[in-house]
Amino acid sequence: MTIPASWFLILAALLFGIGAFGVLTRRSALIMFMCIELMLNAVNLTFVTFARTMSDIGGQTSVFFIMVVAAAEVTVGLGIVVAVFRRRASTSVDELSELQG
Amino acid sequence: MLATTYAIPDVLVFAAATLLILVGAIGVIAMKNPVHSALSLIMSLLGVAVAFLEQSADFLAAVEIIVYAGAIVVLFLFVIMFLGVDKSKHPHVEPLVGQRWFAGLGVAITVAGVVFLMANSHWVSGVPSTSTGGTALAPGSGNVTQLGDSVFTTYLLAFEATAGLLIIAVVGAVLLARRERTAEVDEATDDLEVIIDDWAPEETEEVDS
Repeated sequence: MTIPASWFLILAALLFGIGAFGVLTRRSALIMFMCIELMLNAVNLTFVTFARTMSDIGGQTSVFFIMVVAAAEVTVGLGIVVAVFRRRASTSVDELSELQG
Repeated sequence: MLATTYAIPDVLVFAAATLLILVGAIGVIAMKNPVHSALSLIMSLLGVAVAFLEQSADFLAAVEIIVYAGAIVVLFLFVIMFLGVDKSKHPHVEPLVGQRWFAGLGVAITVAGVVFLMANSHWVSGVPSTSTGGTALAPGSGNVTQLGDSVFTTYLLAFEATAGLLIIAVVGAVLLARRERTAEVDEATDDLEVIIDDWAPEETEEVDS
């Protein structure tokens, strides 16, 4: 018998939790992007698990599209980080406070 | 007990994937050096690929390694080394008092809630979908053909939209990361432009805003 779906779902939940904790506590924009990748991968894992459990190929197709969107997001995000670093010489998100009210 | 219920290779593969994923993920948020974080991210992504293989999503496991470990993490490493941020200079600054504890508490509550939801729901019990009208998954491995069929028939519009999204992302990234044309253009760019001027003088006129 194969591994039950709940094991993979709990693993994905833990991975999502670690990623969320990193986004909330780390202050470097680069590390925050990496943690967002971790959270996206946790969601991908649940999609694949449900594709197997529900026997529906749509879950795997969704993972395919999530990967494309993640690649685009990282490209633009790192472009923004480079542009900010050029002005501020720092990747800390706490120092980007021009818009605070 | 486990050995009688589940096949030993399956359990071992799952344990390996769990170890890779969790150790890599903790490494991402715990390492001081961003390069080490990026390498830990590769480890975690390899674990996710193993978990995909375990669930017979072969194509997605390959794409996971090629796109994430091969392209995205390399992009991260390129930006880290391009910017020269070797050590994080702001390791434990907390703008809000007790932010770390609140974050830990919130994450713990969220994960516990999700697990509780899973334990009390029927949709993890493996009931096949009958009402969604989706294509049924082929048993065993080898659903690459099925995935291709799905992408190019049912989800064709979304697939074409991703083409547009990628073009916009590439153009936006180039526009964002390009150096602005101000007075302090550095020497290397000047030299390069002289060479380009000599080579093709009519193509260097820029209409910059």
